[in-house]
Amino acid sequence: MSSAREITADVRSGARSARDVLEEYLAEIDRREPEIHAFNVVLADEARAAAAAVDAAVARGEDPGPLAGVPLALKDNMCTRGIPTTCSSRILEGWRPPYDATVVDRVRAAGAIVVGKTNLDEFAMGSSTENSAFGPTRNPRDSTRVPGGSSGGSAAAVAAGFAPLALGSDTGGSIRQPAALCGVVGVKPTYGVVSRYGLIAFASSLDQIGPFAATVEDAALLLEAIGGHDPNDSTSIARPAPDLVAGLDEGVSGLRIGIVDEMTEIDGIEPRVRDAVRAAAAGLEAAGAKVDTVSVPSATYGIAAYYLIAPAEASSNLARYDGVRYGLRVEGEDVARMNAATRESGFGAEVKRRIMLGTYALSAGYYDAYYGQAQRVRTLIIRDFDRVYEKFDVLIAATSPTVAFELGAKTSDPLAMYLCDVCTVPANLSGHPAMSVPFGTGEGGLPIGVQVLAPALGEATMFRVARAIEQLAAPLSA
Amino acid sequence: MAARITRADVEHVAQLARLALSDEEIVSLTEELGAIVDYAAQVSALDTNDVPPTAHPLPVVNVFRPDVARPGLPRDEVLAAAPEAQEKRFRVPRILGEEP
Repeated sequence: MSSAREITADVRSGARSARDVLEEYLAEIDRREPEIHAFNVVLADEARAAAAAVDAAVARGEDPGPLAGVPLALKDNMCTRGIPTTCSSRILEGWRPPYDATVVDRVRAAGAIVVGKTNLDEFAMGSSTENSAFGPTRNPRDSTRVPGGSSGGSAAAVAAGFAPLALGSDTGGSIRQPAALCGVVGVKPTYGVVSRYGLIAFASSLDQIGPFAATVEDAALLLEAIGGHDPNDSTSIARPAPDLVAGLDEGVSGLRIGIVDEMTEIDGIEPRVRDAVRAAAAGLEAAGAKVDTVSVPSATYGIAAYYLIAPAEASSNLARYDGVRYGLRVEGEDVARMNAATRESGFGAEVKRRIMLGTYALSAGYYDAYYGQAQRVRTLIIRDFDRVYEKFDVLIAATSPTVAFELGAKTSDPLAMYLCDVCTVPANLSGHPAMSVPFGTGEGGLPIGVQVLAPALGEATMFRVARAIEQLAAPLSA
Repeated sequence: MAARITRADVEHVAQLARLALSDEEIVSLTEELGAIVDYAAQVSALDTNDVPPTAHPLPVVNVFRPDVARPGLPRDEVLAAAPEAQEKRFRVPRILGEEP
């Protein structure tokens, strides 16, 4: 399989047609999708039409854009006009959005070919993609294992070679953790770098869209295409997209890199995952970086704060699914009974659990002790990171404490599933960028991801370090 | 500080959240929410006197756009997605007199 970079160079030069590239990927989807179930819908006809339009542009001597002819998979919580957008929930089954998300406009404008909408944990709530109303996605590296979540379909699509690029959303680790478990690159940019217009909201102060790719360079190419200010999202930062590809190979010499104790040396982490982080650090040091261990004490409280803040915001965001304007309606004798019957029938168990948890944390008598206290702890986490970034340019840590686990292993214990996010939630709470890069393998030959974190808008340095880790990892996977 | 979550709490919160939970769900949620809230209550271990809350990670406030009219979504397309519509409006069951 070619990289996105190679495909787009070939398509723009006329060496290969976008149509031929697409057919290769569609053939791979035909062959393996029944086993993996990465997609809620494959858009073969739309993709063929888009590829033909790219080829026609090339034939006219036009430049179809920096992602010309590159097949791309979209997480099914991003609105696509006229194309079903389900969030893997019965409550939105059959709904066709009346507009496109900004990221969808941008990838199409860059010449990418949208091949399908990928499966997710319902409303992006979960860490295994087992909470989908349409059945789980399986890990292409071992189909008895989960791909991680909630963007498990997007991670699996890239790992299986169904598309060189995919978009996901990351609220507590939903891009980075499945990237680690599937052995691909996954990036959560700084909060506000990528527009959320048309991303169906889960927890609005945490949600961020980002790329999946097989290589660090391809992820950089995609982030350059989707980033930058959007007047339709009031939380979008008023800056152009970050410039990433040009500086990728500047190396790590002289960079100050910290290994985060609270996100690496933790209870329950698999020794080979911890060893991978240490080995990556040693490699970076040999490449000229100054490496030390560092403590972010309040990160220990990340999961506790996250599982109050995210459900509280979700309980508010998901109030809109009331059987009135779109999606499912279950009749009731008055409007309140119709609302309650619709929501009872349309939402799955985990979504109900989070709505209940969030409503409880916000309810009279508990608001200050739970939601208010979690918001103050969030401030402490931000202060701890700010202090650490005075001494370090970049931090590294584990992404997931374990390699991919078996389907069903954690479905009966919600708290055990929540703890999958222990290394990833701190960057969502702080709003800082973080990404996962494959680095070696653990139990069963399954991939391990090393996480790279940077201060706000520090994507360029983060990608340089990720690129160096990728190069260190190459001999491991040879 | 974690108050034990009771069946009555779950029933009350379900009412607030507009979820017509089954009896089985009420039983399991009473136990699961209790365990999750016990875990989450560790946030109370940190001293946060004089620490302001963070609602949002970006220091942006009051983002305005120019006050000019823009076309909205096409009405027919939007109403076509509704479970029930009548006379260019969303149709719902009766609202008044809903409390028994």
